[in-house]
Amino acid sequence: MRKLSLAAIGMYIGVLSAFSQTTTDSSAYKNKKLKISEINFVTGYYHQDGDHSPVTGGVGTEKLSDIATTFELKLNKYDHKNRRHELSFELGLDHYTSASSDKIDPNTISSASSQDLRIYPSASWSITNEQKGNAVAFYASWSNESDYKSKGAAIGFTKTSKDKNTEIGIKLQSYFDKVILILPVELRTGPFKGLSDYPRSARNSLSSSITFSQVINTRLQFSLLLDLVYQNGYLGTPFHRIYFSNGTETNEKLPSSRFKIPVGLRLNYFLGDKFIIRSYYRFYHDDWGLTANTFNIEVPVKLTSFISISPFYRFYSQNGVRYYAPIRTHTPSEEFYTTDDDLSKFNSNFEGIGVRLSPPGGVFGIKQLSNLELRYGHYNRADGLHSNIITLALKFK
Amino acid sequence: MKKYISIFKVSFLVSSTFMLHSCTAPKAYQKIYLNDAEMELAPKKAEKFEMNSHVYREGASGANGGKTGGGCGCN
Repeated sequence: MRKLSLAAIGMYIGVLSAFSQTTTDSSAYKNKKLKISEINFVTGYYHQDGDHSPVTGGVGTEKLSDIATTFELKLNKYDHKNRRHELSFELGLDHYTSASSDKIDPNTISSASSQDLRIYPSASWSITNEQKGNAVAFYASWSNESDYKSKGAAIGFTKTSKDKNTEIGIKLQSYFDKVILILPVELRTGPFKGLSDYPRSARNSLSSSITFSQVINTRLQFSLLLDLVYQNGYLGTPFHRIYFSNGTETNEKLPSSRFKIPVGLRLNYFLGDKFIIRSYYRFYHDDWGLTANTFNIEVPVKLTSFISISPFYRFYSQNGVRYYAPIRTHTPSEEFYTTDDDLSKFNSNFEGIGVRLSPPGGVFGIKQLSNLELRYGHYNRADGLHSNIITLALKFK
Repeated sequence: MKKYISIFKVSFLVSSTFMLHSCTAPKAYQKIYLNDAEMELAPKKAEKFEMNSHVYREGASGANGGKTGGGCGCN
């Protein structure tokens, strides 16, 4: 009788526990229909000036203005296996006016080369199993500007530890681009009327990115980033002029392959209750002989829980590629040559400030506008190139 | 200039060591600081165009969550 009673109690507890496991918690409800989770709108104005344009052989104005805008729509849903699906669609637009690009064909008073519009839509789809900590993502991108077309695809995998303190990710990416070979007007050999008359050349880029992120303690976390990038095809810019030391002229010529190894470390620390230190260091080396160091620090100061100001500073230094020389220094016997100061030896400084608003009731009382960030930065390079950039980012939820 | 780079590297290592003094993996309820939006281990959305301009005006790229090469007429 006692055995029967114990068995009955055991069964009762078993049934109870079985039910307790299957009971659904309304607070843990996850949407099964595709819903908009986030909309991001980012717009920026960039202006630069300098006196070493490679379009005119390494001397001449580098004045350029660019208005850039991206619009991103994110949607998500949970499937019957409780995996989170996130779809993201982005449309980017860049409109620039460039004084130096106008010198590709200086005979035209207002040539098409003086301004351009780049359109770059992209899409991604990620599937995340939150219980197992696995995620897979697929990416596709397309870009079009008058003399450059690009198609890109990528796949990424992420594994997160159970306590969510460690994450490792790998992303394999490829771009298959086409460069329209527009030469400086005096070097053209054919009667080119439209862009379709110019020859084209391929530029392919393959990269693998490995990211390792780790939480160290309640205030400190870091991520280590390693990229391996291989490019081949036409890697120069066809309308960059070269004036040789003997007075003759041609256009830029660079090797048809390039292997890049950048390694980055991002370290963020919450200091006290009001200060955050966001730091970043990158070492870069490639087989064109370019070695560079980048150091970035940003210190967001929380004025309140929902308002912060963020002064930032970035220092960059590179030694230049082995194919660079200033105007009228290269000789025709050299295999490769460029007078593009972007590939020369220089240091640069970039400093500025950002403001971020994220009140719980929405920015300016607009409930859906969850976050607003405004940033301004000033850049100056050792060769005299300087620029200003202002960016506004809005997040709607 | 190499001197300045060395100073940056040493400062970075020293400050990292200082901050690493208490390595204890926090539980989910202890992540109030780590979950702050400013602590995200990725560039901010508002940094996007700044990073693009650096890719165009400098020889190095990659290892920052942004462009690594290709996709645009940049380096």
